[in-house]
Amino acid sequence: MSDTATWQGRLTPEAEDEARSQDSTRSGGIVLRADGRQLLRELISPYRRRILGVLAIALAQVAATMAPPWLVGVAIDSSLPDAAHGSYGSLVGVGVALLTSALLSGWLRSVFVLRSGVIGQNILFDLRRRGFDHMQALSVSFHERFTSGRVISRLTSDVDTLTELLDSGLDGLLTAVFNSAAIAVVLLVLDLPLAAIALGSLVPVWLLYRWFAPRAAAAFTRTRESVATLIVSIVETLNGIRAVQAFRREKRNDAIFADLNDGYRDANHKTFLLQAWFIPGTALIGNIATVAVLLVGGYRVATGGLELGVLTSFLLYLRQFYDPMEDVGYFYNSLQSATAALQKIATVLAEDPEVAEATDPAPLAHPARGHVELRKVHFAYRADRPVLPELDLEIPAGQTVALVGATGAGKTTIAKLISRFYDPTAGTVALDGADLRDIADEDLRRAVVMITQDGFLFSGSVADNIGFGNLDATREEIVAAAAAVGAHEFISALPEGYDTDVRKRGGRLSAGQRQLVAFARAFLADPAVLILDEATSSLDVPTERAVQRALRTVLAHRTALIIAHRLSTVEIADRVLVLADGRIVEDGPPSALVAAGDGHFASLHASWRDSLV
Amino acid sequence: MIVTTPPHAGVEEAPSAFSTLWRLRTWARPHRRAMIVMLATATGAMLAQSFVPIVVGKVVDGPIRHHDTTGLWALCGLALLFGVAESALFFARRRAMARAALGVETDLRRDLFAHLQRLPVSFHDRWPSGQLLSRLTTDLSTLRRFIGMAAVFLVACTATIAVVLGLLISIQPWLGLVVLVSMVPLLIGTRRFELRYSQDARRAQDLTGDLATSVEESALGIRVVKAFGRRRHMLDAFTADATRLRAAELTKIRTLGRFWALLEALPQVVLALITAGGVYAAAHHTISIGGLVAFLALYLQLVWPIIMLGWLLALTQEAASASRRIFEVLDTAPSIVDPPAPVPAESGTTLVFEGVRFRYPDADSEVLRGIDLEIRAGETMALVGAVGSGKTTLTALVPRLYDVTGGRVLLGGVDVRDLPLDQLRHAVTTAFEEATLFSASVHENLTLGRAGIDDADVREAIEVAQAEFVYDLPYGIDTRIGEQGLSLSGGQRQRLALARAVLGRPRVLVLDDPLSALDVHTEAQVEQALRRVLATTTALVVAHRPSTVLLADRVALLDEGRIAAVGTHAELLARVPGYRTLLSQAAEPLQPTARAQVRA
Repeated sequence: MSDTATWQGRLTPEAEDEARSQDSTRSGGIVLRADGRQLLRELISPYRRRILGVLAIALAQVAATMAPPWLVGVAIDSSLPDAAHGSYGSLVGVGVALLTSALLSGWLRSVFVLRSGVIGQNILFDLRRRGFDHMQALSVSFHERFTSGRVISRLTSDVDTLTELLDSGLDGLLTAVFNSAAIAVVLLVLDLPLAAIALGSLVPVWLLYRWFAPRAAAAFTRTRESVATLIVSIVETLNGIRAVQAFRREKRNDAIFADLNDGYRDANHKTFLLQAWFIPGTALIGNIATVAVLLVGGYRVATGGLELGVLTSFLLYLRQFYDPMEDVGYFYNSLQSATAALQKIATVLAEDPEVAEATDPAPLAHPARGHVELRKVHFAYRADRPVLPELDLEIPAGQTVALVGATGAGKTTIAKLISRFYDPTAGTVALDGADLRDIADEDLRRAVVMITQDGFLFSGSVADNIGFGNLDATREEIVAAAAAVGAHEFISALPEGYDTDVRKRGGRLSAGQRQLVAFARAFLADPAVLILDEATSSLDVPTERAVQRALRTVLAHRTALIIAHRLSTVEIADRVLVLADGRIVEDGPPSALVAAGDGHFASLHASWRDSLV
Repeated sequence: MIVTTPPHAGVEEAPSAFSTLWRLRTWARPHRRAMIVMLATATGAMLAQSFVPIVVGKVVDGPIRHHDTTGLWALCGLALLFGVAESALFFARRRAMARAALGVETDLRRDLFAHLQRLPVSFHDRWPSGQLLSRLTTDLSTLRRFIGMAAVFLVACTATIAVVLGLLISIQPWLGLVVLVSMVPLLIGTRRFELRYSQDARRAQDLTGDLATSVEESALGIRVVKAFGRRRHMLDAFTADATRLRAAELTKIRTLGRFWALLEALPQVVLALITAGGVYAAAHHTISIGGLVAFLALYLQLVWPIIMLGWLLALTQEAASASRRIFEVLDTAPSIVDPPAPVPAESGTTLVFEGVRFRYPDADSEVLRGIDLEIRAGETMALVGAVGSGKTTLTALVPRLYDVTGGRVLLGGVDVRDLPLDQLRHAVTTAFEEATLFSASVHENLTLGRAGIDDADVREAIEVAQAEFVYDLPYGIDTRIGEQGLSLSGGQRQRLALARAVLGRPRVLVLDDPLSALDVHTEAQVEQALRRVLATTTALVVAHRPSTVLLADRVALLDEGRIAAVGTHAELLARVPGYRTLLSQAAEPLQPTARAQVRA
């Protein structure tokens, strides 16, 4: 480890706990907790009857595979003496029976694989849809706390883990278990003393499993944790390659990576060793039991207490009997990963949206007027640190309001409350007199739209992205919206104009162009209340100026709330609110505030003027 | 900045699976003893397993037939010996496998990572990090499985099949031949299945990727989705993708179902044939009863190795393409390296661009078309230009993140390509616009492991960047930040990037729009502190805002890949209209400025 040991730095215990409880499964064996079981039950219940059908097919198939060893025994015990006397009837019968069981078990097997596959895929499909919709329903506060990375991995890698379990031949393990159970029954029927030996050998197998399972659970968990750290290190190095090379971090990174890489190897090594004890150990127990059966059985055949055929079938059956027990050693990792994944998904699905949809929505006129009011609003992300202690604010319909204040003054919080990304901890936010919590989501979203700094674009064409603002918009309307914000020119100059694919997250466009498209999207939605949170920060000066000219006309007949660090944006406002520590300290038209001369805004404005030329 | 698809393998004839895999011997050599143990024990275990039925046959023919219970003990002892030997060899193989396979995987990953870090930025521009990540993880796991399983069992299975077939034929030639012939359809069926299944699997994999994109966008764009109330719309789109994926998975399952039917039925059909034939033969005394029992038991031993052989061949193909992908990266030579005859760095800090031209690989046109610019020792030069004019590109040429495609960059009179890379990058540091943080402590994020930096240096850098907020973090500068730690705001990240650059007092400082994410108040504070550093350092500062330009002694205007004008801020404002448009906030008649800045 040497001097690289402290590079990772420390995380607060709460943060560690949070990360651990959400990302790992320290306790994790292959048994689900209550919410996980509940989820599994709900997922399975629509397919109960089909599952029963598939189980029946599996049983039939097992019966078909069980037949051959018994038939071989019959062939040796009765067909052989008959054949020796020139009578082949019994031999032909056995041969036909063997062929039939061969074809039957092949056919049943394929039906089983197909049917169980359909059920498995349908369950995964349901789980994906349910997870996706639930994530969409959860409030922004949840997403901010949980981080998008975790949301994505719940719905992708965790669901994929379940797919992998199905792919890795879980059905094979199930049939193997069935097989063993069936074999146990047949063995008991064939010969009780020999069966006692075979079944008695399960006791040491069970003890071995008891030793193996908790160790494997811990070891596999460590493997997954260490590969996760390794991946983070790789991704951060590749994405930060400029910084890595410019600051000569390569050698240091080599050392850090060597530690992580060795850690991953050691974690893997541990699991390999555990498997190296368990799987051959189970095989050894099986081998010893087989020899014991051979010894006891052989003795009894020799002394005339047992048919040779029975012993032969017994030995043939025993070969398959231990398969599923060895398989557990191979499957343990997939089973545990899948259990952990399902558990993690269940935990998220159990979250309730903090911003719940109105149960009995009040009607909202369309188009809304756009009168916004905050009454005695208290808001805190964390109980001990209120962001807004008690805020009263009325914005008449049609007014353009600029919010000014230092970072952390509560500007963005007000924007999030009006767009109902959050609900206030106390007090009311109202639109046209109705509490936002009583307005149907669809009505609210049609009336209030917020544009954020990041200007997120979805993959697809430019037109698709603008059209997201109004799914019914025609191409003409989309072009008109783009023209209104001054985006038409650059869009037309793209290789395929409005049909140009913006690529992943708008990667084909510059940050400023993305913001323009986000603008056009919001204008197309034509809301009564428009909120701009740092929405022009990435534009260069000339473009920003163009956007402001557009804003003057676009905002003329609607309520607008503008948050900007740059005062240039503020100039188009009818009214400026200066916030400090969640309180309004200045309120008035920009010209009046500047004229007053001694306030916060006036001094900000003065220093901004100075920086200009 | 240039986004293009990575070069795909297979344009020319791909080398054969064997020759590609043979190249792995360099990494396998240190672990050759473990590999030999693996091979020996795997073969031994499979053979030991095959001998048990022979013993069973002997038991039937000897002690049982002759009612000789003492002989029974000896033979059962033999069977026990084989059984224990099998398990012991099995155990030894898995231990050796753990050492060899993991050893090769770990060594190869270490070398690949080290190599990737040294490939130039232009390489990383072309290769999405996801592609490289999958080579470092998924592809290496495939190789681990190949070395631990396929390579060994290919030999072990072939040996076992040969031996068992030999035994079967020696017991009863005709029945043995029946078994031999029955292997052909099984082997062909397995191969055909593997081909078909891997196609199906590829399609399902692609669709899984599409679905992941759709999940990613809905999570990252959740605010937009919520702002427009588009939950239903998103769910519909997702459902369509998920439906396609389900269909692809079911195609895969159908292929699998057909294969299992063959796998299940064919060996049993053969069993029926040899049972009938065997009983007939035993009735006519061409085979003993013990021989028949042994034959049947041996035959069952053969089924799995044959099925496995098909699977192993597929795994080998997979491993060959995985190692092809890995060598594709390893075979790319780093193009930005130490000069063969380095000139020792002088202390001069004059920075001169002499006819500098630059074209991104695969791009049609040059970004920089002959830059001539001199930044005198100790001077601060601001670089101004429209978005996409090549400002960032120009700054990246100084520490040789890219090499010029024409002309040269001189530091203290020496071409940067003639300086030892380490010394060059020691002399020049950059604060990037996109502040990259690593999941590590604040201290590590600032020093990045550079030697010769003490705590006082770190404190000073934090002060210059006005990043004192780090002391208020739960563990001060030992607090972990980044994706896996505490998250910081854009302004905080940018100040750390600045602190990182000024740390260690570089002779040349390159700042790419270092204050863009700061609020007005903080910006003023940082400027004040930064002036002290800039007073004694040669600096190149990319600027969008007048306030940042004012940090500089002179300004260079970059337009159409050339330096259009150089002078003080006031001079340029007075005589260059293009500069006025770019930086003046005073209202002016609008001009079409939003020239399409499409990235190639």
